[in-house]
Amino acid sequence: MSKSGGEEPRIGVFVCHCGTNIAGVVDVKEVAEYAKTLPNVVYATDYVYMCSDPGQELIKQAIKEHNLNRIVVAACSPRLHELTFRRTVSEAGLNPFLFEQANIREQNSWVHMDNPEEATRKAKDLVRMAVAKARLLEPLEPKEVPVEPAVLVIGGGIAGIQASLDLANKGIRVYLVEKEPSIGGNMIRLDKTFPTLDCSACILTPKMVDVSRHPNITLYAYSEVVEVDGYIGNFDVKILKKPRYVREDRCTGCGKCAEVCPVTVPNEFDLGLGPRKAIYIPFPQAVPAVYTIDMDHCIKCGLCVKACGELEAIDFDQKPEEVNVKVGTIIVATGFELFDARQKPEYGYGIYQNVITSLQFERLVNASGPTGGQIVRPSDGKPPKSVAILLCVGSRDQKALPYCSRICCMYSLKHAHQIKEKIPDAEVYILYMDIRSFGKGYEEFYNRVQHEGVKLIRGRASEIWEDPETKNLIVRAEDTFLGKPVELEVEMVILATGVIPNPATEPIRKALFITQSPDGFLLEAHPKLNPMSTTVDGIYLAGMCQGPKDIPDTVAQASAAASAASIPILQGKIVIEPIVANVDENLCGGCGICESVCPYGAVTVEEVGGKRKARVNEAKCKGCGSCGAACPSGAITVLHFKDDQILAQVDALLTG
Amino acid sequence: MSSEQDFKPLVVAFCCNWCSYAGADLAGTSRIQYPPNVRIIRVMCSGRVDPQFILRAFEKGADGVLVAGCHPGDCHYLKGNLYARRRVILLKRLLETIGIEPERLRLEWISASEGGKLAEVIHSFVKELEKLGPNPLKEVVK
Repeated sequence: MSKSGGEEPRIGVFVCHCGTNIAGVVDVKEVAEYAKTLPNVVYATDYVYMCSDPGQELIKQAIKEHNLNRIVVAACSPRLHELTFRRTVSEAGLNPFLFEQANIREQNSWVHMDNPEEATRKAKDLVRMAVAKARLLEPLEPKEVPVEPAVLVIGGGIAGIQASLDLANKGIRVYLVEKEPSIGGNMIRLDKTFPTLDCSACILTPKMVDVSRHPNITLYAYSEVVEVDGYIGNFDVKILKKPRYVREDRCTGCGKCAEVCPVTVPNEFDLGLGPRKAIYIPFPQAVPAVYTIDMDHCIKCGLCVKACGELEAIDFDQKPEEVNVKVGTIIVATGFELFDARQKPEYGYGIYQNVITSLQFERLVNASGPTGGQIVRPSDGKPPKSVAILLCVGSRDQKALPYCSRICCMYSLKHAHQIKEKIPDAEVYILYMDIRSFGKGYEEFYNRVQHEGVKLIRGRASEIWEDPETKNLIVRAEDTFLGKPVELEVEMVILATGVIPNPATEPIRKALFITQSPDGFLLEAHPKLNPMSTTVDGIYLAGMCQGPKDIPDTVAQASAAASAASIPILQGKIVIEPIVANVDENLCGGCGICESVCPYGAVTVEEVGGKRKARVNEAKCKGCGSCGAACPSGAITVLHFKDDQILAQVDALLTG
Repeated sequence: MSSEQDFKPLVVAFCCNWCSYAGADLAGTSRIQYPPNVRIIRVMCSGRVDPQFILRAFEKGADGVLVAGCHPGDCHYLKGNLYARRRVILLKRLLETIGIEPERLRLEWISASEGGKLAEVIHSFVKELEKLGPNPLKEVVK
């Protein structure tokens, strides 16, 4: 044991009850007694909560009293408490890497609840394996690296805006990347916000303007993150600025170009309900207020160039531009899209003109929208005298999205209120399964809307068809309170479509190596205690990209993510785990297989004293161990996961 | 050889820290039950699983070996899981030549959110091993 200071291993084993979480299934006392019989174990005990203060104190005391130099804790998953216990042993003067954790909760007591006998046997096996590895553990020195004092925020919706402003106000440099021509995301499309009926643009545009003016924020709109390399503290980011064909430094947003542009196409921002020109800003409050040419539709007639005149902002030859930035941490705030209502053909979206989605209604009712805020039905431009709102279109549907989208009940109640406000004599029906009004002031708003005369029918619509003459719609549903089918003839239908992860998230997810939940939203590090972080150090989540949520929750999470992302930056340096590849030059034959399999170019073969030897660049190595698995002579291995340490676990399991 | 009913196969599972080990933790947090025949060894990446680890497990009498990693394209270390796949395919051929049924070695992609899949894999693997019977090397070693 020369590498651990020549000492014979003196191992202490600590078996946690975790209340009844472990002890309710596993005979923890028997496991602790068994541990005492294992080679090099000089002390073993059990305790009710090992991670508690007295539990950690017990470990520290035992290290001193019994002169322990290796510690095994049999408890929960090391993914939960490895760092906790490393700190404990370190406080008692041991190197933190002389610690090994046996997972007897997540991977034992919780999955074999009806089989205490086998679970106890398994716990003993797992402890024996951990002790075998602990015997071979070596002290390692964590490395400190400086942190680049900047943050990348991906996505310029309300989540990205809030996170960027929080960080910038702390004095931290922020690079905010938005793929659309303007920041604002989906929130800027909304008219009012529930339940307070605040005007969405009124509360968002000041923040958008703050972003554009903040000295600490560099905004890359109409840009995409294409490559991310590195690790917490030191990410290298490649951003691609798409050509607008209008120079940002010259365009004043005066709009003379759009006035003369002869090409009119549907405006994506208005979800096709209104027009825009081939040279356009998506909406009047856009940030940056810079025009963009849609080259798919531009006919290069040159009228805009003339209208722009001396400003000479238009540049048909603009090319994509690559920008490289270095950041310490990253916040992903890539938002959502609406479920495609065409996937529920029984509701006729895309077939019947007067069936629209909830987001289209937002544009329709919005003063800056295509109708100037007048609610009219698409077929004849007349205000509808009867409207049916269908909830859970896509959501809570085993054939579509199994989850609840969390916002549709409330925005639909708001829509009902808005229709009643603008067309007082209109009949408004909401067809629902349950009304989920769980937030602050939400239930009160629900009551208010009921008192405004909106008719709520509990039942899911089964089908919609159109009267071809009147373009009215007949909605068939079951009223589950009355227990009988109903048919409603209405002049317009609004589908309260659920939300799905923004498809643009996927390439970013892959570039960052972060995981997703089965529903496709990004997976948080811990659903309760760390909902704004990912499992990758230095990468955080804000807003709908992590799961459906309303604006208050999005803003709260964005501020939380900003706070979390600022911690490494304010600390200035971070500790990197020393779990990296390591070469035994006596064994290395210089064949270079390790070099060819390393995904990071961290291993190179170099001439050392006339012989070819593998060398590891520890700054680049991430400790995956691909080299170790490929090395034919066992010369390269990964510290803390060395060949002999893993083989010792295998041997201990099968021969113990 | 013990009868099929008494035989409790033992599986050594190498799970990558980022996906499959986390998936196994999630199975626990979600209290998804599976047979107690598996012992998980944590590695940082499925690409870390040296063929000698697998061969050693069989040599010492493991009835099955599971290598579990992130789905292709999702590897925390870019392509370690693809190396694991190549190695497992080759090893299966080798196992056949030394008289070990290649079905005793399994490679599975299990993400951090697939606790249910991890449990299913173990269910089906244990079932298959029960049919195959004990590792034939155990007899040889005796």
